[in-house]
Amino acid sequence: MFSLKKVKYKHILDIDNLNIKKHKVTCIVGESGSGKSTLLRLLNKLISCDSGEIYYENQLLNTIDSVELRRKVSMLPQLPVIFPGTVRDNLLIGLKFAEKLPVGDEKLHYILNLVHLNKKLDEDSQMLSGGEKQRLALGRLILLDPEVFLLDEPSSALDEETESIIIEKLVAYTKESNKTLIMVTHSKKVAHTYSENIIEINKGKVVNFKEV
Amino acid sequence: MNSIIHLQLWQMLSAYLFVLILIFIVKLKGIPREKEIFISSIRMTIQLILTGYLLVYLFNTPSPVYTIIILIAMLVFSIYNIIKRAKRNLSLKLKQIIALSMCIGTVSCLFYFLLIVVRITPWYDPRYFIPIAGMLIGNSMTGISLGVSRLVDGMHTHKDFVEGALMLGATPKMAAKQIVDNAFDSAILPTINSMVGMGIVFLPGMMTGQILSGTSPITAIEYQIAIMLGILGSVSLTIIIFVQLGYKTFFNNQSQLIIGE
Ligand SMILES: Nc1ncnc2c1ncn2[C@@H]1O[C@H](COP(=O)(O)OP(=O)(O)OP(=O)(O)O)[C@@H](O)[C@H]1O
Ligand SMILES: [Mg+2]
Repeated sequence: MFSLKKVKYKHILDIDNLNIKKHKVTCIVGESGSGKSTLLRLLNKLISCDSGEIYYENQLLNTIDSVELRRKVSMLPQLPVIFPGTVRDNLLIGLKFAEKLPVGDEKLHYILNLVHLNKKLDEDSQMLSGGEKQRLALGRLILLDPEVFLLDEPSSALDEETESIIIEKLVAYTKESNKTLIMVTHSKKVAHTYSENIIEINKGKVVNFKEV
Repeated sequence: MNSIIHLQLWQMLSAYLFVLILIFIVKLKGIPREKEIFISSIRMTIQLILTGYLLVYLFNTPSPVYTIIILIAMLVFSIYNIIKRAKRNLSLKLKQIIALSMCIGTVSCLFYFLLIVVRITPWYDPRYFIPIAGMLIGNSMTGISLGVSRLVDGMHTHKDFVEGALMLGATPKMAAKQIVDNAFDSAILPTINSMVGMGIVFLPGMMTGQILSGTSPITAIEYQIAIMLGILGSVSLTIIIFVQLGYKTFFNNQSQLIIGE
């Protein structure tokens, strides 16, 4: 699905060869500052590499329209972005950005349930806790129904129990609907329990690629 | 109403008493501002006297060339001022857009105002052309300055919102919409507010000047209403052009946000 060849970005990333498979759960691990978020940003085309090539479905990333790509390969940032307004506003704004049709409250409740967020749609989103904001942002992304989910530490602000519940539901959801899931995580447990491939990054280089 | 009181030299000088009193007060309070007050009073005096003589000369020898030169000088000065006033470093592209929007916004409104509303002949009559150009350019300058700082600040402080929107597949236009709308609002607001208070809270400078120099208040007000509408048009057009083109300088052709690099 994604393949990277001799990709360099500043002095941050230097990836010789990397393939990420379709319909699989791939975890990216590595110590802080190793370049994990930068890798996701490259795949989302929020930034472009200085040299080398990145392909998505055998098509060179540079030749794909960025906005179209991001509607298929959507990303959850490390720090959740919450826009002013209610929980409902925050869920629907993603659909607006991606120019998709709005959905009814029933669907929104289903999403809130999926990300294990027990809040009313009319609640002010600024009042949510850090972990709740993270789940709200995740819910917004799921609502968009992209082909590929790029998640940058989706459970970093969650307790272990909630983390397991969410990741489990997420993995089940992506399997059911034939999606590809690529996520950065610091949790060894998450990486080993749920992922089919593990990419380990150290100082900008892929030091280990494991199929589980 | 027909006899205009010309100020004698000693009358002019006596107005400087205000400056002396002010200097005396700041000295007494120990505020170290005497020098600035002194210099700014002198500068104001000299600049206005020179401008007065220049205008007398221009009015007596109307020429399209002089008028255009003055217009260009005012535009250059105002653009320089906007760029200098900005707190952050502006990209070259953004500076060009500031210049472009100032030129198009003010000049088009100026000609519409002079040729269609007031219908002056010849078109370059400096008695109308220069003061009206000054007012349109001056007000647009204030407006666009606010717009520039709001747009640039907004892009920097709300970088995560913009990128957060892009990640989900928003076009740069959608991602920047909030910031662009905000910049437009805050840039246009002073002009709108000044229209609301006009005639009640204060008498605008142009009208006051006309009345003092013997024009009937009704005529002065007619001009004031027309010029306010002209200013509103010029300010909004300038700012619209600026924000619509300006936000694009923060994105590259791959729809990526490019700031702070
Ligand atoms: N735009 C940039 N310009 C310069 N350096 C950057 C830029 N973005 C990131 N970096 C640097 O690149 C390195 C990798 O950053 P990145 O955010 O990818 O790390 P990470 O693996 O996600 O770390 P963490 O686990 O802490 O989130 C860091 O040292 C960071 O300071
Ligand atoms: Mg990171």
